[in-house]
Amino acid sequence: MASTLDFSHYLKSAGAGLVHLDLAVEGISCAGCMARIERNLAKIPDVTSARVNLTDRRLALEWKEGAIDPGIFVDRLAELGYKAYPFERPDAETREAERARSLLRRLGVAAFAAMNVMMLSIPVWSGNVNNMLPEQRDFFHWLSALIVLPAAAYSAQPFFASAFAALRARSVNMDVPISIGIALALGMSLVETASHADHAYFDAAIMLIAFLLAGRYLDQNMRRRTRAFAGNLAALKGETATKFVAADEVRTVPVAAIEPGDIVLLRPGERCAVDGNVISGRSEIDQSLITGETLPATAVPGSAVYAGTLIRSGTLRVRVAAASDQTLLAEISRLLDNAVQSRSRYIRLAERAARLYAPVVHATAFLTFLGWLVAGATLHDSIVTAIAVLIITCPCALGLAIPTVQTIASGALFGSGVLLNSGEAIERLAEVDRVIFDKTGTLTLPELDVANAASIPADVFALAGRVALSSRHPVAAAVACAAKATSPLQGIEEMPGQGVHGMLDGQQIRLGRPSYCGADEQANAILSRDPEASVVAFRQGAACHVFAVRQRLRLDAAAVVAALHKQGISVEVVSGDREPAVRAAAQSLGICEWRAEVTPVDKIARIDELTRQGFKVLMVGDGLNDAPALAAAHASMSPVTATHLSQAAADAVFLGERLAPVTTAIAISRKARALMRQNLWLAVVYNALAVPIAIVGLVTPLIAAAAMSGSSVLVMLNALRARIPPKEVV
Amino acid sequence: MEVLVFLVPLAIALGAVGLVGFMWSLKNGQYDDLDGAAWRAIADDEPERSSNN
Repeated sequence: MASTLDFSHYLKSAGAGLVHLDLAVEGISCAGCMARIERNLAKIPDVTSARVNLTDRRLALEWKEGAIDPGIFVDRLAELGYKAYPFERPDAETREAERARSLLRRLGVAAFAAMNVMMLSIPVWSGNVNNMLPEQRDFFHWLSALIVLPAAAYSAQPFFASAFAALRARSVNMDVPISIGIALALGMSLVETASHADHAYFDAAIMLIAFLLAGRYLDQNMRRRTRAFAGNLAALKGETATKFVAADEVRTVPVAAIEPGDIVLLRPGERCAVDGNVISGRSEIDQSLITGETLPATAVPGSAVYAGTLIRSGTLRVRVAAASDQTLLAEISRLLDNAVQSRSRYIRLAERAARLYAPVVHATAFLTFLGWLVAGATLHDSIVTAIAVLIITCPCALGLAIPTVQTIASGALFGSGVLLNSGEAIERLAEVDRVIFDKTGTLTLPELDVANAASIPADVFALAGRVALSSRHPVAAAVACAAKATSPLQGIEEMPGQGVHGMLDGQQIRLGRPSYCGADEQANAILSRDPEASVVAFRQGAACHVFAVRQRLRLDAAAVVAALHKQGISVEVVSGDREPAVRAAAQSLGICEWRAEVTPVDKIARIDELTRQGFKVLMVGDGLNDAPALAAAHASMSPVTATHLSQAAADAVFLGERLAPVTTAIAISRKARALMRQNLWLAVVYNALAVPIAIVGLVTPLIAAAAMSGSSVLVMLNALRARIPPKEVV
Repeated sequence: MEVLVFLVPLAIALGAVGLVGFMWSLKNGQYDDLDGAAWRAIADDEPERSSNN
């Protein structure tokens, strides 16, 4: 199907008769993949460039216009074992990438200026001891000013802009003391140089800027990386739709190219990618992704279908009501907005530190000034000493304390299959003491699976799987998948709405509805025990077997729940599904607290209730009906199979079939938060040691430079410890 | 100390060359894929293969 996809939406002209295509590639994990893909694709004639980006897991291709059908790349990658999807860089990602680049450019300027100024400063520091000529010292100072002033004016702009914005909003952030410190250090150094004084702080100022920019860059780079992965996820979900371009001609197009009013075709086994109304056809539909309800509903002309709905039996024609980026229920998005607002009131560790920091430092500097004045020093000396206090307390280590830990912890999280949506999520995840799980798609796997596989003979199972390959019905597909069948049986015919049948060794074989195979009794026995299951029967001659197909619990769900209990985190299930299903799942996992048939509004109400009781709630869910709750909870996670909206609302998205990333994320976050606190304390201890020296007026530029780089390196080394993974918790 | 007249401009010029080099590498996309670049350095050379095509 991928090869019939219309790629024109994604092709870009690269000039000189070349075409450019970006593909997000699933499965690139190492340098070996990179070399293999590049080598194989570069072999295709007329391909001028094939380059893998291992960081973002993407492939950029260029070829001569009109020479190749882009589908060939996807096919070739599939032969190599990689799934590839065309992909369009979202605006948000482009902006983040541009911001990261701009910070790196400023960091480069600041770092080069700092290095060159050091070359001038070291002779001055040693010359001050060895009787350097005053003219030479002044010359070096002026030269430093010549390098530092333009470099600082350029590279410190992010701090000045942010401080100015904060002051205009009548608040204080960390950039306010930073900007004041930088401006005063530069101003004082200029005045001192003009009056032939011994000390100038040009080197300290530019070094401070360079260190702080390094912290900002790390922070920004993490955000950029998260965006890139979010973009890949969107592409990997392969959201395409089959659109009618003429009365009876269809074409597979990316969802982004679908507009309201278009008519799309939905076939059995497909997931609907748009919101719309059925205009013809009739089918059972599975809306569990949207409502959490696992029992199928029936869609007839006039019924509404939503993005995420699974088509189970018939073919539908749907008129698109809303474009793909608006495919939401109005109430859900309204709830979501409110919930997101409430969470943005969370105050980050760094902000809390900044609120304490600025007044303390400025008061200390002012008191130093007054103290020296009272003690009889000249006005000039008092000011110089007070400014020295400001320079040495400039929050260099503080600016690195949190971004470095965040960067390294998010790398560790990524390694264990968790992608963060925001850096501060680490802090919130670390505080969690109660976890609410949704059931459908979260505790269970989103795909259907055969529940009674153990009670069916292996050879029958394998044969049924091969027969099932000829059917498009999702329940049959689940049987084929569970039997790991790969070669379809010859001569199998489909009876619409009933099942498939054929002949094997002179015996008739059938797979389909229990009534079609004469297995109603067996089927009813299964349904009375497990009302959640869908049944499909298989008859070979006289022998008859019934498969119970249902969503299976994630393999390690029970272990994860036990591990959470052991850590003192209480667990509950809140689901939109019916009571028997929720009770069965909760009991088999050892969860005592569960709620069923809960509406999105009640989910939020439950979270609010727990929050009022003082709990910090982690919500883990995937459905559209979970999105507001995900946004309302203190922290939230979604599996990668979740709807777009849920992924966007969640703090973190986890990959794979296991639930273990939930406990790993909590463990890594807790460790990271401990390291952030340690780092803040290291910065405080540094200040406690350095400030008295500054107050008594003994700070020279040499001491300022050494203390600043010493504390920054210490903080960075401590942050590296976040890389060591915590002990396996599951 | 007359040597300064010669050495100081030289040092600043060298610094400027370094800065220009950095800006060039940034603009050239050298920092776009740090993970991949680390591996490309030790990957086998490919001239032989491309001549086969």
